[in-house]
Amino acid sequence: MTALTLEALVRILRESAGEDEGVDLGGDIADTAFTDLGYDSLALLETLGRVQRDYGVTLDDDLLATAQTPRQFLDAVNEVIAAGV
Amino acid sequence: MTPTAVITGLGVIAPNGVGTEQFWSATLRAETGIRPLERFDPEPYPARLAGQVADEAFDPRAHLPGRLLPQTDRMTRMALAAADWALADAGVDPRDGDGFDRGVITASASGGYEFGQRELQNLWSKGPEHVSAYQSFAWFYAVNTGQISIRNGMRGPSGVVVGEQAGGLDALGQARRAIRGGTPLIVSGAVDSALNPWGWIAHLSTNRISTRECADEAYLPFSPRACGHVPGEGGAILVVEEAGAVRRRGGRCYGVVAGYAAGFDPVPGSGRPPALRRVVERALADAGVAPGEVDAVFADAAGSPDLDEREAEAIRAVFGPMGVPVCAPKALTGRLNSGGAPLDVVAALLSMRDGVLPPAGPVDRAREDYGIDLVTGGPRPHRVRTACVLARGTGGFTSALVLTAADDRVTGGAPAGDR
Repeated sequence: MTALTLEALVRILRESAGEDEGVDLGGDIADTAFTDLGYDSLALLETLGRVQRDYGVTLDDDLLATAQTPRQFLDAVNEVIAAGV
Repeated sequence: MTPTAVITGLGVIAPNGVGTEQFWSATLRAETGIRPLERFDPEPYPARLAGQVADEAFDPRAHLPGRLLPQTDRMTRMALAAADWALADAGVDPRDGDGFDRGVITASASGGYEFGQRELQNLWSKGPEHVSAYQSFAWFYAVNTGQISIRNGMRGPSGVVVGEQAGGLDALGQARRAIRGGTPLIVSGAVDSALNPWGWIAHLSTNRISTRECADEAYLPFSPRACGHVPGEGGAILVVEEAGAVRRRGGRCYGVVAGYAAGFDPVPGSGRPPALRRVVERALADAGVAPGEVDAVFADAAGSPDLDEREAEAIRAVFGPMGVPVCAPKALTGRLNSGGAPLDVVAALLSMRDGVLPPAGPVDRAREDYGIDLVTGGPRPHRVRTACVLARGTGGFTSALVLTAADDRVTGGAPAGDR
């Protein structure tokens, strides 16, 4: 199973939750808080749904409580993908 | 002293014009916004015309931040843009203050049908994991109010009223109530859109949709050839403020929300009369206005002969035969659900401003036995100081709003108050 990359995550964020005009998602954002990127909990829930569909994995909504940045989100998702759940 | 509610900002998105002046000039020129449905293939359906806001006239991407696009139905995008225009028109900066002195009260008749249909199709064809998280609010009646409130930081008394076509007047009535309760500013009005297959079926279920194919023939309120109506999309968002607050900041106003009443029709077959006449009389009494003082009536203009006849009866009963000019500009837009009446309120206010009444589009004359002075053929110069707007919704919703010109008591130094 392919791991989720930052590039793919940014694409999914753009498509499922839109993009804040004041933020450069193409920049170094891996450790920027989602809230500072303009994404609220619902935007992340929508994104989580897209990742589950596109990557064929089952992710717990609780993941969103701990994943505050793109890097944390990727780590949490890729752990599940690697486990082949 | 009861606070006076005045209208200070207009934001219009109508099938025949996006923007207040575009709508008004198109209306005075009798330009229609009714044309064959473009948002889906209408071929399998018996009715194929709608009042549509053209894509080239309204591109949501040009008006809304990217974050809002995936989470909004078409009607919400239009409502957010119209709210921006109305606030700018009023000269209000939504970022002033903490927002607790500003509320949002809109009407909705359908919620976000287009968004809702797409997600329900996802649910049944692909499964729950394919349903957008934004479905949780994007199709709700209250979503326009909520999104306008969030975008503009308005935390005061807010809500939504659902009264089918009459709801737009009920929202303005509620706005006045909130202002009387001490909130200085309410964003009100309504924008609706349900021009997708699911929404279209809902429209058709009323059995009052015209099946004529020609845009100039399909919706002819009060005409001897009336045959039902054409649904449309859009509406108007209005800024309603307490007159004293407007005066203090030197703002101008379009008119006063002077009277309002609502009622509900009796059960069909009961033998009791429809609510409209009493609702109009109560709205006039609420405004302290005698029927003879009303300079124009903006009619509900249902376009179905039985409903037109009932409305003509009520107008005759209150104002006398041929007693007041009657306007039906919605013949050029179709019936916009809850957005229709606020758009009529805009037309009434602009009639006051410009001293001219708009024509009933393609209607060349009213049925003679109706005994109403329908404005047809072209704009009619007429001094308007007081106007009465009527609206009825499927199922029996009936509302009336009385608007008066803002005089010195409202805008000048003298105390503002009800007449």
